[in-house]
Amino acid sequence: MDDFLAARSQMALSLGFHIIFSCIGMVMPFFMAVSHYKWLKTNDEGYKNLTKAWSKGVAIFFATGAVSGTMLSFELGLLWPKFMEHAGPIFGMPFSLEGTAFFIEAIALGFFLYGWNKLNKWFHWFTGMVVGVSGLASGILVVAANAWMNAPSGFDFVNGQYLNIDPIQAMLNKAWFSQALHMCLAAFTATGFAVAGVHALMILRNQNKDFHLKAFKIAAVFACIGALLQPLSGDISAKDVAKRQPAKLAAMEALYKTEKPAPLLIGGIVNEKEKTVKGAIKIPGALSFLAHGNFKAEVKGLDQIPANQQPPVAITHYAFQIMVGIGTMLMFISLIYFFNLLRKKPLLEKRWLLKLFVLAIPLGYLALEAGWVVTEVGRQPWIIYGIMRTKDAVTPMPGIAYSFYIFSAIYFSLSIVVTFLLYRQIKMVPVLYNDKSIVKTN
Amino acid sequence: MEYVVITFLCLGILLYFLLGGADFGAGIIELFTSANNRSKTRKTMYQAIGPVWEANHMWLIIAIVILFVGFPRIYTTMSVYLHIPLLIMLIGIIARGTAFVFRHYDAIKDDMHWLYNRIFRYSSFITPLFLGIIAGSLISGHIDTKANDFSSAYIYSWLNWFSVSVGLFTVALCGFLAAIYLIGETTEAYDKRRFIKKAEYMNIAAVVFGAMVFIAAQLDNIPLTDWVFKNPVGLSAIVLASLSLILLWYLLIKGKTQVLRILAGFQVTMILLAISYAHFPNFIRLKNGDAISLFETIGPEKTIYSLGMALLLGSILILPFLGYLFYKFQKKEE
Ligand code: HDD
Ligand code: HEM
Ligand code: HEM
Repeated sequence: MDDFLAARSQMALSLGFHIIFSCIGMVMPFFMAVSHYKWLKTNDEGYKNLTKAWSKGVAIFFATGAVSGTMLSFELGLLWPKFMEHAGPIFGMPFSLEGTAFFIEAIALGFFLYGWNKLNKWFHWFTGMVVGVSGLASGILVVAANAWMNAPSGFDFVNGQYLNIDPIQAMLNKAWFSQALHMCLAAFTATGFAVAGVHALMILRNQNKDFHLKAFKIAAVFACIGALLQPLSGDISAKDVAKRQPAKLAAMEALYKTEKPAPLLIGGIVNEKEKTVKGAIKIPGALSFLAHGNFKAEVKGLDQIPANQQPPVAITHYAFQIMVGIGTMLMFISLIYFFNLLRKKPLLEKRWLLKLFVLAIPLGYLALEAGWVVTEVGRQPWIIYGIMRTKDAVTPMPGIAYSFYIFSAIYFSLSIVVTFLLYRQIKMVPVLYNDKSIVKTN
Repeated sequence: MEYVVITFLCLGILLYFLLGGADFGAGIIELFTSANNRSKTRKTMYQAIGPVWEANHMWLIIAIVILFVGFPRIYTTMSVYLHIPLLIMLIGIIARGTAFVFRHYDAIKDDMHWLYNRIFRYSSFITPLFLGIIAGSLISGHIDTKANDFSSAYIYSWLNWFSVSVGLFTVALCGFLAAIYLIGETTEAYDKRRFIKKAEYMNIAAVVFGAMVFIAAQLDNIPLTDWVFKNPVGLSAIVLASLSLILLWYLLIKGKTQVLRILAGFQVTMILLAISYAHFPNFIRLKNGDAISLFETIGPEKTIYSLGMALLLGSILILPFLGYLFYKFQKKEE
């Protein structure tokens, strides 16, 4: 494996790993806050147990998120020193604010996890909310930094020099809003479906039904609201990309030729050599509408992009298809769920609906990873869009392949251990939380 | 504003050394505890650092963010030439943080704990060792930006007697900080005596490795003795550190735990000051005799201004909250 490819793979791997844990860290505090609030209001011990059970999971995920994030803040320099040398002072603003947000999050987490019976109960609840809000804030900030790589601003690029640097303007670049909105919704959708699915599975297995039903309901509401809003926000993103990064949009849609009006492709096999797509379903004019809000508009194809500025088409296209496909599925599951709620049908009788949720456990995260592949691979060959090429940013140190192998092994074993721990937590639910109080309140 | 940023950078490094260092030290103490006392040490330690370890490690992030936003050339020079020790340190951080949390939150206690404990102890040793190696390498003058073979660019930049001695010295200091800290965390007389013993050993280790650092510096032509003994600030810092050591041992006998902690922190601060003051603001010394100074590589004015503002605003939000966290979990459960 050559060093450049190894560096890219290591970056992708670390980010792909971190993002899962950070999303859980961003979203779970809100689930816990709801359950915690219900306990404080109703005195139903079941909610207290649920909050505690969740908080143990969160502690595991949070620590993994924190160490993999620490890794990332070094990795940016370890792998892309030339990029950081120039980009650091420009896009550093969100990172320095993020530092504050993380810090507050870590402190609040200390209070929350260790504060049972030690703090005023509402202050304790409040610290849980602080964990969630500052986690969300740090997510938004770091995505703003990533958005800057897609839509660089806040400096003048003159003769290879970065002049008139304005970090605030760089932070508020053109892409930050659409990306941050889409990312936050994705975090709620993906985590919500994963959590709801796991609890649905336990309900189907008839284990501690009350406990798991409480958990399921909280997670499912967040997940479904997120999944309903996601396509709308994705549409904003797509229009944005069409304006800013036509090459990425063309790669997402495998649009080799400029067309007017342009059809939307669903599925299909990309042949990068012959520049063709086989076997896709075409919806006439739909891409024109999605990209520009007009069924007749022209959409720029890859033929208008110089060959040395084209991103890899197949990966971007497939990833985009996966994301949108899953997004559509999750939206339908959500519609069914809300319809069911409206008709006040008891959930426990609808085993097929619960089974759908079980099926959806990995889907949200798959879509999330696929979406990032679209964004990052679709930006290639640029690390800073239109300014600096990724291959010019890579570290001069040889042998990156070895560090890639080491980290693959580390992340792989961490994933296994975390899954194993979670499995044990769930397995212990009947032992730890099967106290009489649950039965009593029902 | 540049002074604000530099102050926060120094503060970040110092606090990481003191608080994060005590965290690492706790693992080192566990490593050197006999098997039948380990579970008790573990419990004391968990109560002491459980609520605060995550916050303690934020200082590293703060320092690194300040470096890459405000001093990109320093950050990238480190990243390129000290790639390998940084990588090992990161692996240590990952292994240690996860093992610590996993062993506490694993719902079932069985053989897995054997593994968590091993990983936790060894990575608690390796991480500060490499942290020290990195710090030593920055001032050792072995970083060669003109090197054209792999070993001299990426290996000998950090693999030398001086850097390794600094690494070992760091390990001893971390262990010392932790032992002093833990004395105040236990109420049993037997455990107190155990931790006092550990503090003694760590102190002796620190003196030995400290001497090694000076010898290695001498052999390597690093003007460490000049920095420390020929500079008024360096000299007074060392004198204060030595005097406070005497006071510290006196108080140890008296059992004044709170003052002890402050004194131990003070000592380590003085040692850091003595080593770094004379060559401040030079942050990295290069093989060809040049140095990369904080002031020369500082980022553009607007960046530094916003960074400074972010840090000031952040500390207004953070410090009271952090202070309350430490206060709240200081108090022993009756
Ligand atoms: C649960 C996850 C999830 C789901 C269901 C969707 N997305 Fe997404 N998408 C993401 C998770 C995601 C993401 C991982 O969060 C990305 C990567 C970067 C970003 O800002 O969000 C993303 C990026 C992303 C981009 C690229 C933005 C850019 O490069 O700036 C577009 C155009 C879309 N999405 C469009 C959609 C559409 C039309 C969807 C319709 C169903 C959709 N996404 C569902
Ligand atoms: C889109 C990508 C990212 C998102 C949404 C995100 C979000 C988060 C969140 C919410 C946390 C809090 C930890 C938790 O709750 O588990 C976190 C931790 C962290 N992240 Fe990321 N992050 C992303 C990428 C990055 C990158 C690129 C870096 C480094 C440059 C980074 C650095 C960190 C650090 C240092 C931590 C640890 C903070 C702590 O100890 O709490 N993250 N991230
Ligand atoms: C968590 C969400 C993210 C994921 C899953 C992700 C994924 C990826 C992928 C797949 C690549 C490789 C692209 C290629 O080799 O073709 C990449 C590259 C990169 N990403 Fe991201 N990314 C994320 C967020 C971020 C953020 C928040 C930042 C920085 C602020 C960032 C910075 C980079 C850099 C510096 C590279 C290397 C250069 C490049 O290949 O473009 N990424 N990422």
